[in-house]
Amino acid sequence: MSTETLLEVADLVKHFPVKRGVLVDRTVDHVKAVDGISFSISRGQTLGLVGESGSGKSTACRAILGLTKPTSGSIRFEGSEIAGLSRRAMRPYRREMQMIFQDPYASLNPRKRVGHIVGDPLKRQRVASGSELKKRVQELLDRVGLSPEHYNRYPHEFSGGQRQRIGIARALALQPKLVICDEPVSALDVSIQAQIINLLDDLQDEFGLTYLFVAHDIGVVRHISDRIAVMNQGKIVEEGSADQVCERPVDPYTKKLLAAVPVPDPREARARRAGAASAG
Amino acid sequence: MSAPLLEVRDLRVGFATEGGLLQAVDGVSFEVRPGEVVAIVGESGSGKSVTAQTIIGLTRSKNARIEGSVTFEGTELLEAPDATLRKLRGDRVAMIFQDPMTSFNPVYRLGKQIAEAIRAHRPEISKGEAGERAIELFESVGIPDPKHRVDCYPHEFSGGMRQRAMIAMALALEPDLLIADEPTTALDVTIQAQIMDLLRELNERRNLATILITHDLGVVAEAADRVLVMYAGRVVEQGTLEQIFYDPQHPYTWGLMGSLSRLDRPRPKRLPQIAGAPPSLLALPEGCSFRPRCPHEFESCTDLPPLEARLTEEPGHCDRCWLSPDEKRQKRQVGGQIGLEAPAP
Repeated sequence: MSTETLLEVADLVKHFPVKRGVLVDRTVDHVKAVDGISFSISRGQTLGLVGESGSGKSTACRAILGLTKPTSGSIRFEGSEIAGLSRRAMRPYRREMQMIFQDPYASLNPRKRVGHIVGDPLKRQRVASGSELKKRVQELLDRVGLSPEHYNRYPHEFSGGQRQRIGIARALALQPKLVICDEPVSALDVSIQAQIINLLDDLQDEFGLTYLFVAHDIGVVRHISDRIAVMNQGKIVEEGSADQVCERPVDPYTKKLLAAVPVPDPREARARRAGAASAG
Repeated sequence: MSAPLLEVRDLRVGFATEGGLLQAVDGVSFEVRPGEVVAIVGESGSGKSVTAQTIIGLTRSKNARIEGSVTFEGTELLEAPDATLRKLRGDRVAMIFQDPMTSFNPVYRLGKQIAEAIRAHRPEISKGEAGERAIELFESVGIPDPKHRVDCYPHEFSGGMRQRAMIAMALALEPDLLIADEPTTALDVTIQAQIMDLLRELNERRNLATILITHDLGVVAEAADRVLVMYAGRVVEQGTLEQIFYDPQHPYTWGLMGSLSRLDRPRPKRLPQIAGAPPSLLALPEGCSFRPRCPHEFESCTDLPPLEARLTEEPGHCDRCWLSPDEKRQKRQVGGQIGLEAPAP
C-alpha cells in the first residue's frame, strides 16, 4: 500500500461573519463553522468524516473543493497549495477532485438527458467530444451498473439508487484522484444503500480512488473508511483507524455519538438500556 | 391481555392512476393494544405510510379505493363521516411526521398553535388555561425553559427541539394512540436517542399505544413490541420483536437484517446486499413480489403465498414464503449470521 499523501489539510478555518446594522454593516460575531482542522489522506485510502448536523463537515468539503474561500489555513493537493486560489487557477484541480452529493433527486438537472449529465464534465474540460464522448459515457454507465441504453433517458425515469449511480458516473467521468462523497447513501432505501457502498468500494479498487467520505451514519462510515475523523463544533475531536475509533473511542463526544447509535438487536438494546439506567 | 384499542382487518388501499389501479396496501391486518408499540418496517413504496394515514382517514379522496375494516374501540373508521374522524384526530389519535419543519405554521408562535389545537377540540377551556397547558406540555417533553420557549416561532427551534414541540402538540389532548411516521429520520443520532427515550417513557407512563413507522431496524429493536415487515404493499412477515429478529422467516427480512452495517460486529469485507430494486406497484411480478430479488426462488413462488403462521410453536408469527421452516432456518445462515445469500452469478 502506498502511503503517499494526496490531500493534506492544515489548520483550516472558515468563519462566517454575523453582521448587524442598517447602513453600515458591523461584524458583531463569527460562526466558527470550521475552527482549525487538520487531516491528511493517503492515495487510495478513505477518510471518513463523521459528525452531527452543524459540526462543519460540509463546510470543510466545500472549502477543499474551492466552493467557499477558507478564512485561513492550508489545503495541499499532491503537494501544491490550493487554498484561496482564484477560479481560473483552481480549474486544473477541479478535474482531479469530484463530488458525489446526498440527494440524487436534487443534484441531477431534470431537463437534461443522462448522457448529457454524465458527459458534461468531459465536454467542459475538453476531454472528449462527438462519438468518442458518447462511447466514454456509455462505458461509464456500464461501469456503475446502469445500461448503455439509459443514455437518452431523463433522471425522473430512474429510482433513487439508479440516480445515485448516475451521480457517481458523472463524478468519475474525468477520472479524478479524489472523490468527496457527501452523505451519498443517507437518502436511499436500506436495501439499496449496501449496493451503492459496495459499488464505491469496487470503483476504489479498480481506479485507485481516494475518498473523503462524509456521513452521519457511523456504521456506514466505519464500513468504508480506513481512518475516521470525528468532528464536533468545527473541530476534529478524535482521529484514528476505523476500528480504533469505533471500538476504543477516547474522546467523550465520540463515545456519546457511538452510544447513541441504535443496536439492531433487541436483547442487546435492552441490556444497554438497563446498563445506562443503573449507571445514570 | 387487554382488549385491542385499534383493529385493522384486511385493509386494502388502491389509487386510480393514469397507469391503472395502484394497489398501495394489499391486505394488512394487525391490532394495537394500550401501551403497546407496533412497528411497521419497509422501504419507500412499501405501503407503510399509506396504511397509517388510511387509519385516520388522511388518504380519503376521489381516486382512492379503500376496503377492509379499521375499528377504534369498536367503532368502524373507514365508513365514519369526516366530522367523526376530525374529532378523533388530535383528540384520541395523534400523528407525528418525519419533518417537523413543515408541520407547524411558520408565522405563529408555537405555544399559540398548541393552545389553538387544544381549544379546537375543547372549546370550554379558556385561552389562558390552554396557554398554561402548552407550557406544561413543553416541560413534559423536556424542552428547557418552557415558559419562554412557548413564545418562540418554529424557525427558532433546532430540528430535535421542533420534533419535541410536535410531540407536545400531539400529546396536547392526551391521545390513546400515537402514529409516529419516521419520527427520528431527519434527526441526528444523539437527538434520535433522546426522542426515542421520550416516546418509550410515554408508552410506559401513560399507557400510550403507538404505531411506529420506520425503515430503521435499529430503532425498531429499541422500541417495538411487535413488528410488521412490508414489501410492495403487502405484509411479508409479522410477529413479536423477538420472533422477527431472532427467527425471521421471510427472505426479505433476512436481507434487511444482513445489509445493516453493524458497529457491534467485526466489519465484513463487503456489505451483504439485496440485488435489484423494489418492483413498481403498477407492474408487480406474478406470485411473490420479492421473487425477482430472491436467491431462494423455486417453482412454487409464482403463486402468491398467503400470510399465515407456518410455525406450530409460534401461532402469531406469520409470513409469506413457501419454503418450509427447516429450509428457512438453514438458508438464512450466511457466514454464521442471518442474511440473504448472494445471488448466483
